[in-house]
Amino acid sequence: MIAIIDYDTGNLRSVKNALHRLGAEFVVTSEHDVIRGAEKVLLPGVGEASAAMQKLRERGLDEVIPTLQVPVLGICIGMQLMCRHSEEGDAKCMGIFDTDVVRFFSERSLTDSMQTSSGSMLNSSGSMQTSSGPFLNSSDSMQTSSGPFQNPPSPTELNDLKIPHMGWNGIEELKTGLFDGVEDGAFVYYVHSFHALMCDEAIAVSHHGVDFCGALCKGNFYGTQFHPEKSGATGARILHNFLKL
Amino acid sequence: MLTKRIIPCLDVKDGRTVKGVNFLNLADVGDAVALGRKYAEDGADELVYLDISATFEGRRTFTQLVERVAAEIDIPFTVGGGIGTMEDAARLLDAGADKISINSAAIKNPELIDGIASKYGSQFVVVAIDARLTDEGVWLATTHGGRNMTDKELFSWAREAQERGAGEILFTSMNHDGTKKGYPCDTFARLADMLSIPIIASGGAGSVQDIADVLTAGRADAALAASIFHYNEIPIPVLKKALHEQGVNVRV
Repeated sequence: MIAIIDYDTGNLRSVKNALHRLGAEFVVTSEHDVIRGAEKVLLPGVGEASAAMQKLRERGLDEVIPTLQVPVLGICIGMQLMCRHSEEGDAKCMGIFDTDVVRFFSERSLTDSMQTSSGSMLNSSGSMQTSSGPFLNSSDSMQTSSGPFQNPPSPTELNDLKIPHMGWNGIEELKTGLFDGVEDGAFVYYVHSFHALMCDEAIAVSHHGVDFCGALCKGNFYGTQFHPEKSGATGARILHNFLKL
Repeated sequence: MLTKRIIPCLDVKDGRTVKGVNFLNLADVGDAVALGRKYAEDGADELVYLDISATFEGRRTFTQLVERVAAEIDIPFTVGGGIGTMEDAARLLDAGADKISINSAAIKNPELIDGIASKYGSQFVVVAIDARLTDEGVWLATTHGGRNMTDKELFSWAREAQERGAGEILFTSMNHDGTKKGYPCDTFARLADMLSIPIIASGGAGSVQDIADVLTAGRADAALAASIFHYNEIPIPVLKKALHEQGVNVRV
């Protein structure tokens, strides 16, 4: 049995519909015993991070979820709540994934993107070594690293980038069985204004001005920033893969 | 990179699509779910279902249709038409709509935008603006399908809608709608300069080039159209391939 965690953060219908389409049986619950006894656990959610985290706490779910041994998949805000901290409402989250959630193009969003791109942009005090303002306008001053995306957004590019990041974007550098049969560059549907900073636990990377975690994995815990339940055949494949884990 | 979206719009009356459609491979062209599924399979990035029923019974049937669309189609969809209250929004959210589009009601009662956005999130609220360019050169919002002129100026109204919590703006030029002569790209570009939220372009598409122009020169994030898809004048796979070849970033 699959448990969809219900913590009163709005509409679970699209996740339920997606599981129906896959022919999976599930319960919608906030009961600890039912969640502990499930073979797979889904943590969906929409809304604001600090309020959502508060709702998990009220139900004691912030204690239960990190102790689960079975595959757990957080979707969108569900994934964000599994990170350490979110800038949205300054929320302390469950700390399963070793990364933080920041608003698109906030100071940390931009500086972190440059740091992970160059690896040497920050001096020991953490401040920028360049004097060209917050944005680098020339990529040749940067060391390249692995990965398809390196350049931080130019001010012009930044001006054109919309928040929320809404629509279909590609996922790259796919890892783990969650993406079996999914090609690098496949498109998935995103709707969000906050993103998880790049880290070693990223199993999918997308780009919107900055690189960010499209999906995360640590042990039995998985999270997708995108909505597999709204991502057509690609999303159905990813959910199918999760159910097979 | 985020791709530009192509969005077919389906007009629904009493639960059935109304525009004549000549898809020979669909047994029932009035079946709004089957048509939506066909568009999704063809590569539509989202769908819009617009309720043009005028009766209570028609509205009820539309809600049932929304439930079926949510159950059977796995891409996002927006519903619009006659949404005037928080209760309407709640009913359609519960039925499974990903977003709602509000138009005349938002002009009459702008606080509706704040109310829906704060309760369900900005991503749920599309504010549709049907505007007409007056002889004095001012874009004014209209209601009731362009029949009634208001005193709301397009750019200030769009900005107000964004500030009140709209997640997207769907702009239709009533001067171009139905002409198939293309979009007013400079007006779209000016909107894009002003707004930080995505803009959906509607009304006027007659060719692939029109859509390419509004997504590039017009800097719109998405293009919505009805008849070119319904009458199969430009099938979605043909459109997306052509856009891709022109260097427009689309999901293909």
